[in-house]
Amino acid sequence: MKAVSLPVAYMPLVDAAPLIVAQELGYAESEGLSLDLVAAPSWSSLRDMLAFGRVDAAHMLSPVPVAMALGLGGVKTGLSAVSILSANGNVIGVGKELESRLRNTDFAFDFANAADAAAAVAAVADEGLTIGVPFPFSMHAELLHYWFSATPLAGVKVRIRTVPPPLMAAALAAGDVDAFCVGEPWGSVAVDSGAGALLLPGKAIWSFAPEKVLAVRTDWAETEPDLLARLMRAIWKAGRWLARPESRTTAAELLARREYLDVPSEIVDRALAGQLTISSQGDQRHVPGFIEFNSGAATFPWRSQAKWIARRLAGRYGLDAATASRRAGAVFRSDLYREALAGCGADMPGASEKLEGAIRHPTAVASGSGTLILHPDQFFDGQIFDPSI
Amino acid sequence: MTAPLTIVVVEEDRDRAVAVVDALKDSTECEVHVIGNVSGLARKIAAHQPDVVLIDIDNPTRDMLEELTLASGPLERPVAMFVSSAARDLTRAAIEAGVSAYVVDGLRPERLLPVMDAAIARFQMIRQMRTELAETRRALEERKIIDRAKGLIMKSKGISEDKAYELLRKTAMDRGRRVAEVAEALVTASGLLS
Repeated sequence: MKAVSLPVAYMPLVDAAPLIVAQELGYAESEGLSLDLVAAPSWSSLRDMLAFGRVDAAHMLSPVPVAMALGLGGVKTGLSAVSILSANGNVIGVGKELESRLRNTDFAFDFANAADAAAAVAAVADEGLTIGVPFPFSMHAELLHYWFSATPLAGVKVRIRTVPPPLMAAALAAGDVDAFCVGEPWGSVAVDSGAGALLLPGKAIWSFAPEKVLAVRTDWAETEPDLLARLMRAIWKAGRWLARPESRTTAAELLARREYLDVPSEIVDRALAGQLTISSQGDQRHVPGFIEFNSGAATFPWRSQAKWIARRLAGRYGLDAATASRRAGAVFRSDLYREALAGCGADMPGASEKLEGAIRHPTAVASGSGTLILHPDQFFDGQIFDPSI
Repeated sequence: MTAPLTIVVVEEDRDRAVAVVDALKDSTECEVHVIGNVSGLARKIAAHQPDVVLIDIDNPTRDMLEELTLASGPLERPVAMFVSSAARDLTRAAIEAGVSAYVVDGLRPERLLPVMDAAIARFQMIRQMRTELAETRRALEERKIIDRAKGLIMKSKGISEDKAYELLRKTAMDRGRRVAEVAEALVTASGLLS
């Protein structure tokens, strides 16, 4: 059988792993596909490539297709998020100046408690704070805004600026930003280059945040349902492989290659192992579930996750909350996910929405096979988001 | 007579920027500003109050411009990526040529057309030159590696340069690989063994 070649765009990040693994380890081939992986120079270019048909699928920041459905930003092509690619995996870091101010207090850099970290930063950020994120529509920006609003940082003048992660170290050195929130490997690269220290993993703010999605044009999903289902199965199997501890070393070596991330495999391994070096003194912190590719139905696109993102965006951009919520719910395609992955062993939750933030301990829920255990999805301040309100 | 358009070009390379500015000025009456240093990019652009912002699509700093398209962004006038449905084909052409344009909403298409035509043509040329340059560099690099591999074979087998190249070529053919790949493998392997 001749494989169908499918152009797929990605940004060179650790969480592009499911796409890279699907192609390199033969999961795509076994579905009769050959993924033509295109590395994008920026998130806006990646979005344009997908919207204007240069590629058929893309590794995308979860808030991007939601923002587009809400009419935010310049491009309005209808996109569908057919699967989550990974949950969590971001880090928040501070530049040298802020790091030394924090060290002068007795702040512990525990890399865990978001409330403590906010209080400590607020106490030393007297002239305000500028924080770099990769893109205006990103889980990075959402987590930061959420974190500020519920902590003493709400009283600090905070600006969020877009800075491409490869330029973050330079922006810190130039004083354009004081801190940053990025996906791996960029946090570790910043630490290794002596640009700063890591303060928190993203999951300390929301413990099961949908980070990247597999996005396609909605009209393409309708005209090519078979190709889409094959692509989804290949990528889901790649995520399952990635979640096995014994895959870690191979995965790190693969991602580190020059044609993909082009960084030492040891740096990639930190994120995959959840064992991060948080300062140039070499302090280590372990974060279980730092990035999740499969377990706890991590790839299931909960409509409630899209609605949470939409509510947050609506609040900041002055849109009607109910309309935003309704439009966003239609972007995360739990229906297509169920259709494509029902036969291949993926666990299907009984519902397509949940109360976000309500799961405090690993919890067994109703599912197709009866064995699905959801991971905690708490917000650091204990709030619960009800998508139906 | 309407006021001349204000256009901002974001480009770090001076020569390239000059080429784009010249093309734009030939196409229409306009005032063009070039921004080379990306620190505080969106603010610098806003200071010029442009009608159109042009940037290379492969430029990673493009994401910093997305702030221009937001309601709360630094420009007072709304800006759209150049994608209104009437201009979809032109947008696609622009993307293929390697330029992205951010355009103030409500700018009349007939004013925009000459600008976009000029920009697309010029960026296409730049892109082609860049590809050719990269090709030339790669060819040079490969030539160097092949020469080193030839040298290694000549030394260890005591054969002539022609014979050494012949051997490289035959090995490449037998394995269905490129000569440069075989040469690189040999150079790497000999580095490991020496």
